[in-house]
Amino acid sequence: MKAKIRKIATFVEETCTEMGRAVQPPTRRAAAVAVIENPCAGKYVEDLTELMNIGEELGELLTQRAVAALGIPANIVESYGKAAAVGENGELEHAAAILHPKLGTPVRRVLGKGAALIPSSKKRGGLGVVLDIPLGHKDAAFVRSHFDGMEVRLNDAPRANEIMIAIAVTDSGRPLSRVGGLMKDQIKGEDGLR
Amino acid sequence: MPEVRVRKKLTTLEETFHEGGPTAPTPLRRAAALAVIQNPFAGRYVPDILGFMDDLKPLGFEMAGALIEALGGDARVVEGYGKGAIVGSAGELEHGALWHVPGGYGMRELLGGAKAIVASTKKVGGPGTRLDIPITHLNAAYVRSHFDAMEVGVTDAPRSDEIVLVLVMTTGPRVHARVGGLKASEVKGEDGLR
Repeated sequence: MKAKIRKIATFVEETCTEMGRAVQPPTRRAAAVAVIENPCAGKYVEDLTELMNIGEELGELLTQRAVAALGIPANIVESYGKAAAVGENGELEHAAAILHPKLGTPVRRVLGKGAALIPSSKKRGGLGVVLDIPLGHKDAAFVRSHFDGMEVRLNDAPRANEIMIAIAVTDSGRPLSRVGGLMKDQIKGEDGLR
Repeated sequence: MPEVRVRKKLTTLEETFHEGGPTAPTPLRRAAALAVIQNPFAGRYVPDILGFMDDLKPLGFEMAGALIEALGGDARVVEGYGKGAIVGSAGELEHGALWHVPGGYGMRELLGGAKAIVASTKKVGGPGTRLDIPITHLNAAYVRSHFDAMEVGVTDAPRSDEIVLVLVMTTGPRVHARVGGLKASEVKGEDGLR
């Protein structure tokens, strides 16, 4: 393992009713979060390869954890998203190095597919900072029922020299989604958009 | 008495490998189960609320079972526990107190008759309110290495007419526990204290 992991957390949310109306079946989503040491903290590092490689590792680990927490076969995951928060001694670019170059490939390998861009967000912040992980359908970004977000936070992370990385997966869209647009049963799933 | 109406469930699992010191041979795991329920007494003073404790018992069992499941399915790994409640703004603190018996009962029963009082806390708050759930050793409240707490909360709960109910279980001492006191290995486990 290249990443020095201090902590891993998973969150599973299940929504059973909304506005008094049953959500049938309940919508479910899970996030896995790792808190790692930032090897580039406190100094300017030109070459961020080390963080990119950590991203590759975490892409696999966190997707496996999130899918396991959800308790479903990986191939029926419907939407996904990723996010990172860098502690105060790091750069936003460190989050980008983890999230963008190499993290996506193992995510898609674990899920079996994933034609769509993995929506992402990033920030720098202190302990307890909130990550809003954007969510979108994994094979067709325009599926409107699956535009969503999941909030996660850990009260003791990220410390100044840490980075917190999150991957979220779902088995469903929003509860009681009804604002039209492309439906999941209409997608082609080839170009990642429709 | 009214039925228990669950809007949402959230399960969190945290695994801590180190906190700046040596990596623990066995990582500390802490799990929390949260249920967002309708507060049947919101918005008015109801003198007799006792019966709702019985109504909550099945939920206490279900949440305790979900925690054991989240920790791998074997109740014998559980060493600490705690519980809490967040009451929405149209309710009373006293409504949160209804959770003491069913929450504690569910955990004790599934953990093979744990002896120590289940540490607890409660408050009235709005959506996103965080609660620090106190944790103690399940057979001897004085075990110093197991004094801990886990912060929990739900972004969109409790709404004014809801209650967030919480149970927490842990698998061991704080990850770098070293401040002395009664050790888990010295517990008699008769009076729930030592």
